[in-house]
Amino acid sequence: MAGREFSVETQDLTRVFRVKRREARGQGREVVALDRATLAVERGELFGVLGPNGAGKTTLIKILATLLSPTTGTARVAGVDVVENPWEVRRHIGMVSGGESSGYGLLTVEENLWMFSQFYGMRSADARERIRELLEVVGLADRAKTKIYHLSTGMRQKMNFARGFLTDPEVLFLDEPTIGLDVQTARTLRSYIREWIDEHPERTILLTTHYMYEADELCDRVAIIDRGKVLACDSPAALKRGLQGEVVFRLKVDGDRDLGPLLDGAGGIERFTHAARDGHTEIDLILGDENALVPVLSAIQGAGARLLSLEKREPTLEDVFLRLVGRSLTAEDGGGDELPRLRR
Amino acid sequence: MTARVRGGESWRSLRVGAWLGWQIESNWTDLFLFAVYSVVKPVAGALILVFMYLVVARGGLENPLFPYIFVGNAFYIYVGAVLMGISWVVIDDREHYGMLKYMYAAPLNIYTYLIGRGVAQTAIATVATTITLLFGVGVLGIHIPPGRVDWGLLAGTFVLGLAALAFLGLLLGGATLLTARHNYFIGQGVAGALYLLSGVVFPLDVLPRGLQWVGKGLPVTYWLEALRRAVLGDGGNEALRSLSTGTVVLVLALSTGVLAVASIVFFRWAERVAHRRGLLDMQTMH
Repeated sequence: MAGREFSVETQDLTRVFRVKRREARGQGREVVALDRATLAVERGELFGVLGPNGAGKTTLIKILATLLSPTTGTARVAGVDVVENPWEVRRHIGMVSGGESSGYGLLTVEENLWMFSQFYGMRSADARERIRELLEVVGLADRAKTKIYHLSTGMRQKMNFARGFLTDPEVLFLDEPTIGLDVQTARTLRSYIREWIDEHPERTILLTTHYMYEADELCDRVAIIDRGKVLACDSPAALKRGLQGEVVFRLKVDGDRDLGPLLDGAGGIERFTHAARDGHTEIDLILGDENALVPVLSAIQGAGARLLSLEKREPTLEDVFLRLVGRSLTAEDGGGDELPRLRR
Repeated sequence: MTARVRGGESWRSLRVGAWLGWQIESNWTDLFLFAVYSVVKPVAGALILVFMYLVVARGGLENPLFPYIFVGNAFYIYVGAVLMGISWVVIDDREHYGMLKYMYAAPLNIYTYLIGRGVAQTAIATVATTITLLFGVGVLGIHIPPGRVDWGLLAGTFVLGLAALAFLGLLLGGATLLTARHNYFIGQGVAGALYLLSGVVFPLDVLPRGLQWVGKGLPVTYWLEALRRAVLGDGGNEALRSLSTGTVVLVLALSTGVLAVASIVFFRWAERVAHRRGLLDMQTMH
């Protein structure tokens, strides 16, 4: 990597949280949120960190944004060590945390953003012009003079998104920026993220997400992270190419069935997930080759289940994650009716 | 990084913090109601004190103790306002507005930002104190002839005392970084202790000897003593009568200096701990 210019570099970055005895409930009193994470994000990249909830994505961003000290390891942002000189790092960064409705409720949208621009020393007239542009982008132009306690959570989130881009920071951290937003808004914000980085090739974005398609659609490179460990890091296309020797199927069978033990016993399956959805069971399979499908179908039929659909599909980052980790990205979301994912 | 850049950031942080503080303090209602509230609150506070004095202490308004109590109580408005105004920002920004982490990720000077946030409270306290004093002179007949007020002493000690309160607020702010919802009680506790121990309404002389010594170690005690000497011509505390006014001011300046160093050292330590333990964005009450 000699000769390249990195906006973000981490080396064996580790963060361990101590859990209070009364909160540990018989489990370990230490939680490893980041486990020797080593990353190098080049200047001008839109770099994604993809992982399920609790993978360590937010911890990584907090450390890079100087909000949290690492336990061990080093991190540099814009060439500056985040522990040794956090004040200097802050002059180069911006940060947006998704799913939050933060902001001063008694101020208007415009005032909230203007106030923030002043901390960065922006000229007031420039700030107002930039605010106007960004409010157009996020669809809040008609709410500029509205006090934010009148805004919905989604609108506040859009305002916070605009705040992140306000100063055109050298390195921008976007922590799940579209989480909880409606589909149309999320799409608009994603296209602005791509547009912004294309217009500012000297800037860098580090984006965390647990939405596979977001990482796939937006990012130049993606690091897949789980339980604090960086498992793989490459372009989405290259990561998916890693599954080239394997085939991916999606099956739907009738009823809400626990097919785990049955699939466990079938040969030729590299990885699988199964989840109950809307009265049927959906199974994603990564097979060593297509021939392995036959015994799977026989086993399903033998269990009395009726096959509703069978689809051979191109590998996605979800499959890459499944291949690497043995469970799906959404398995620990807590909101679905997913059955436990099994690793083979 | 140059001192000029740091200075610019500190000034911006102070200026924007003060602007934000004023917006938050004054924007909760319309201007008329805010003005009425700003007048009625201190007058009501003064009346409560007067009735307590008349009923509980059975004293007369012409008793020399009354101006002592009244002036001490009027200036004590600053103690609660500045102390809580600065320290409460930490918990308000962190838990109510969810903005503390964004402040910490921005290039601002957190110390001047917090002090800036306290400026609005100070301005409101100034209005309240002025109204209280005018009410005392105009309605209650407290004798404060402007020609006999030592304006130089008043201005000098006033500024020194505000600085002491600001640093005390920072100290509490540091504690708030590390604590959850208890800050309110800590702030109230400290303000209450200062009310008792700094000779706000009780002269130091009536306190037990041990508490007198505690009171003599507090800058607020010397601040109020100097302010009373400037306004009334007499501090009213027998325990401090042997000290010249110059000595009182000197002790105030020295104790403010010590408090400044202690509060900055403590706040920095609290910041390091908060960074280490991940407390800058904890949510415990909202």
